[in-house]
Amino acid sequence: MPSIAAPWTVKRELITKSEAKTDLNYGCKPEERPYPDMLRFGIINLDKPPGPSSHEVSAWVRRILGVKQAGHGGTLET
Amino acid sequence: MTGVLPVALEDATKVVHALLGSGKEYVCVMKLHKKLPENRVKDVLGEFQGKIFQRPPIRASVKRQTRVRKIYYLEVLEIDERNVLFKVGCEAGTYIRKLCYDVGEVLGCGAHMHELRRTRSGPFTETGDIVTLHDVAYLHSKWQETQDLTVLRKFIQPMEKALELLPKINVRDSAVDALCHGAHLTAPGIVSLETGIEAGTKTCIFTLKGEAVALATATATNQEIIKKNHGIVARNDRVLMPRGTYPKLWHSKQLKP
Repeated sequence: MPSIAAPWTVKRELITKSEAKTDLNYGCKPEERPYPDMLRFGIINLDKPPGPSSHEVSAWVRRILGVKQAGHGGTLET
Repeated sequence: MTGVLPVALEDATKVVHALLGSGKEYVCVMKLHKKLPENRVKDVLGEFQGKIFQRPPIRASVKRQTRVRKIYYLEVLEIDERNVLFKVGCEAGTYIRKLCYDVGEVLGCGAHMHELRRTRSGPFTETGDIVTLHDVAYLHSKWQETQDLTVLRKFIQPMEKALELLPKINVRDSAVDALCHGAHLTAPGIVSLETGIEAGTKTCIFTLKGEAVALATATATNQEIIKKNHGIVARNDRVLMPRGTYPKLWHSKQLKP
């Protein structure tokens, strides 16, 4: 059986097309986002407990953190 | 079932789209309905690598139509009497419960899934930065007491982490706001890009500071994009960055009074 490479084993290289500089007055490095923004653009790698559904778990996260919205990536059946 | 479940907050929920289609890895305990020689079980499980046909189970949230799924690897870790512990890396939308059932059919004795833990969802794995609900509740209350941002950063990662496996296209500042308004990416805006891009490849557009701007589908290969001086090279699928983060630098027609 021919094996297929898993997507997480693929190595990529960066090719430069042109040179450019970025203006530090706008935007911000992802790991240095200030308080409300780091929640707004944040993602949690959660270890789901057995029992409650993925949907319930993400609703709990929403309530704990007091954020407006939270969604999970890929259902993990109960 | 337990394991890796990435939870995206507020505006980051848009990246969930990229995670849904990403590969997964599971550790599974399968229970055979009869005791069989170890070699036979290993041989049959080995046959379930590569492309397999799978019909979604009765309790499924998709149409029950036989479909092809890729199994990247399937490794038997331990066999104890009727219990078989194995690790499987597979494409999104593979039902492990059904995989176990099908293995049982091939073996002739029947089998079912006993326990399952997801150990990977796209770039997220169960090592290092994974947190439980208890950790989330504890660290959040600790943050409220101390107002120390490093506590929050311990478990809330930037949404860019979820996009690590997609090929990147980095663009100059002047292209960013147009993309945020939904424009397609054209060749002059590109500073650099990663290998492995072909027409139809799902990619992610980043700023030079490393912030995600949008999810896009490439319309040309690496080499073509490098050579091009003008024209659309990637179609915008999903804007991730709010408008106005970077200055608007394109000219629009003045409306006559």
